[in-house]
This record gives sequence, C-alpha cells and structure tokens, in this order.
Amino acid sequence: MRSLIDILDFSVEELDSLISVANDIIANPQKYSEKCKGKKLATLFFEPSTRTRLSFEAAMLELGGSVLGFSEAASSSAAKGESIADTAKTVSCYADIIAMRHPKEGAPLVAANNASIPVINAGDGGHNHPTQTLADLLTIYREKGGFNNLTIGFCGDLKFGRTVHSLIAAMARYTGIKIVLISPEELKLPSYVKKDILEKNGIPYSQTTSLEEAMPQLDILYMTRVQRERFFNEEDYLRLKDSYILDTRKLVNAKKDLCIMHPLPRVNEISVEIDKDSRACYFKQVLNGKYMRMALILKLLQEAAE
Amino acid sequence: MNIDSINNGFVIDHITAGRGMRLFELLGLDKLECSVAIIKNVSSAKMGKKDIIKIDESISLNFDVIGYVDPGVTVNVIKDGCLTEKMSIRKPQTLVNVIKCKNPRCITSVEQELDHIFKLTDSEKEIYRCIYCETKA
Repeated sequence: MRSLIDILDFSVEELDSLISVANDIIANPQKYSEKCKGKKLATLFFEPSTRTRLSFEAAMLELGGSVLGFSEAASSSAAKGESIADTAKTVSCYADIIAMRHPKEGAPLVAANNASIPVINAGDGGHNHPTQTLADLLTIYREKGGFNNLTIGFCGDLKFGRTVHSLIAAMARYTGIKIVLISPEELKLPSYVKKDILEKNGIPYSQTTSLEEAMPQLDILYMTRVQRERFFNEEDYLRLKDSYILDTRKLVNAKKDLCIMHPLPRVNEISVEIDKDSRACYFKQVLNGKYMRMALILKLLQEAAE
Repeated sequence: MNIDSINNGFVIDHITAGRGMRLFELLGLDKLECSVAIIKNVSSAKMGKKDIIKIDESISLNFDVIGYVDPGVTVNVIKDGCLTEKMSIRKPQTLVNVIKCKNPRCITSVEQELDHIFKLTDSEKEIYRCIYCETKA
C-alpha cells in the first residue's frame, strides 16, 4: 500500500505529476468536485493543528468526499493507551485514507506499516511534514515557473524546523540550486542534513547569521518560526524567539521578484506590514497546500484501487 | 595462557582489541550455561592485538550483532572438535532489536512493543539510523 511518510518517498517525476494535477485543479475545480464521492478521509490528529487539519478536510470535501476523525489525543483511544498499530488497523475498517499528525517521530510510519489503506504523514514531531513541502513546491513552481537555478535562503529555526529539512531534501534534486542558511548559532541546520543532503548532492551552500547580508542574492526567502514546543527549556525559547524578524527595512536590498515564504503560523517573525507587499507569498502557500493535498489524495486513492 | 579447545560451538576470532566485551554483552553470552571464554589483547601478527571469544555449544548466534560491533571478525564453526566452516562477517543492512533508539521524541520511546529497527545509511562511515526518526545509532 502506497503512503506518503517522507517527501523522498516520491520521485521528482511523481512530484511533477502532482504539481501538474494541482495546477489543473486550480484551473478546472469543477472537473474534480466529485472525484472522491463516497470516499472517506480519516484525520487522526494526536496534537493540535488548525491549518493542516482544515486543509486536509477542505481538500477532501472539495473532491466530493467526506471526513471523520479527531483533533487531539485526549479525544481518541490513545488516551486509553491504544497503540498506533491498533488505531491504524481499526481506522482502516472505517475510512479509505488516513492523514495523521503525531508528536512522536515515526508514528505515521508505524501507522502505514499496519494500515490496509494509504497513510499520509501530516507532521510527526520535529521530523517530517511532507505535505507542507508539497505546498512549498507548488508555490515555488507557480511563483518562479520551475525549480532550477534558484537561490533559496532559509531563515530562523533551521535546527528543529522540519519544513526546512524536507524542502531542502526536495530541492536538492533539482539543478542549479544554491542554499543560504540564515540562523543564530544555536539553531543552525544539523550537520547530518548538510552532509547527507547538501554535500552528497553537490549543492553549494553558505551559512550566515545576518539576514540583511544574505538578502540581495535571494530568489526565495523561506522564513520559519522559532517553535516553543521544540524546546525542552523555556529560557532558551524566550532568548531565541525574536532572533530574526522580517520588516520593510530588511527588504530594501531584496530582489524585486523575491518570493517570501513561511509555513505559518507566524508569531512575529514577519511584520504584518509585509503582508501588503506583492512579494509576500505565505498565504498563497496555504491555498496551494490545499490543492496539493487534493492531488495527493487523488493519487494515493487511485493507486490503492489499482 | 591456556584455554581448552572446544568440541562443538564457535570461535569468534580477529575481534578488534577492546570490542570483545561489547560483543559478549550484546550477544547475551553471560546468560549461557556452557563454557564461554573471552580472551583480551591476544598478540596477532596481522592486527597487533585482538580479542577472541570461544563458545563451547552450538548456540544460535546473531551474526547481525557481530557484524554491527566489528565487521572484520571471523567466525569459526567447530563440530566434533574440527573446524567445519570459516565465515567472514560483514556489516548488516538492517539491525532489529540489537540496539535501542535513544531519541526521546521517537515513537519507540512510548510504544514498548515496537521493534527497534536501524538501517545502514552510510556504509563507508558505518552509520546506522533509526527507521522511525532517523536518529543516528
């Protein structure tokens, strides 16, 4: 049974095909409005999430399907001590596809190994969040017309930011990519990501602590939130959360066609005055996320039926 | 130092000096009732120093454990006092329940019944990663 646990589970060709379906959905929404009629998506969210869960639910509803599930562990059998494996087997009896978010890394893989229906990883702790990467890829494609020859700056929490790791892994498969890593010392990209992804694929990268310095060369600026839930220590969180705030002053030397992205939710790392700037693409990302999730649900259900 | 030869069992030879005890522990040899000898820092023309383990019983050996701890070792199979097979052990691609994932955020930290599975992701640098959270062993 095909699932999506890690963005690298899909080949570049498969991602291209998902992007092409998503673009077709955007152009012809009516064509897809009954594609999942009679199908059910189970959203198993063991930790709170507004955006991702609603995006999955909206995606399934726009495909003509229906949704069931829970939005926190306390209202599931996990509170009674049920294992992920048993939950996956049980839900397989009720639904046609699962979208799962869990605070523990690897939980969706355990579900996929036990379910008899496709499982989509909707975020597992600080590990993977492949459907956010799908949203990011569609945004880059629509804003830049493709993926080659781009200089991408990642700013903020590059240590715990799972969306950063996944997008770097996905972009490393294209040509002419340059990466600029902008973060405080404490939140630098883990060395295994640099070695196993960037260096292994021969992707040139540089590291800096200055957002202003990096700005002029960037085609894409990917901002991230310093997340409270990724810290064991509250003091560390408070000390680092305001490290990098994007405002109009920092954009003075930016390219005219810079694409500013953010996986959201933002706290204060992008000033609201930027929202009016035509280069702000983070709310487009949210919308693109829904279209890519629609394309993904279609693909996995189609493959499950074959 | 004299150690009796064995009749039926294994001689694990060419263990990198200092790794014998780790192998002894991970193979669970302390739980055996038969004679087990661990000889440390034996002079070796090829290795300078090496460790050797002798097990005087034909037990079921976990070769993945041996390959993980020290892939250069040789396992000699002894039957009726004669050497019947000589095996060179390589790094296994997958380790199941040999080592535990130490990442407190990994799903294996809360779901006790899950197998702890590691895959060899870099054979050159001998790096194993947990299949669930990708943490390095």
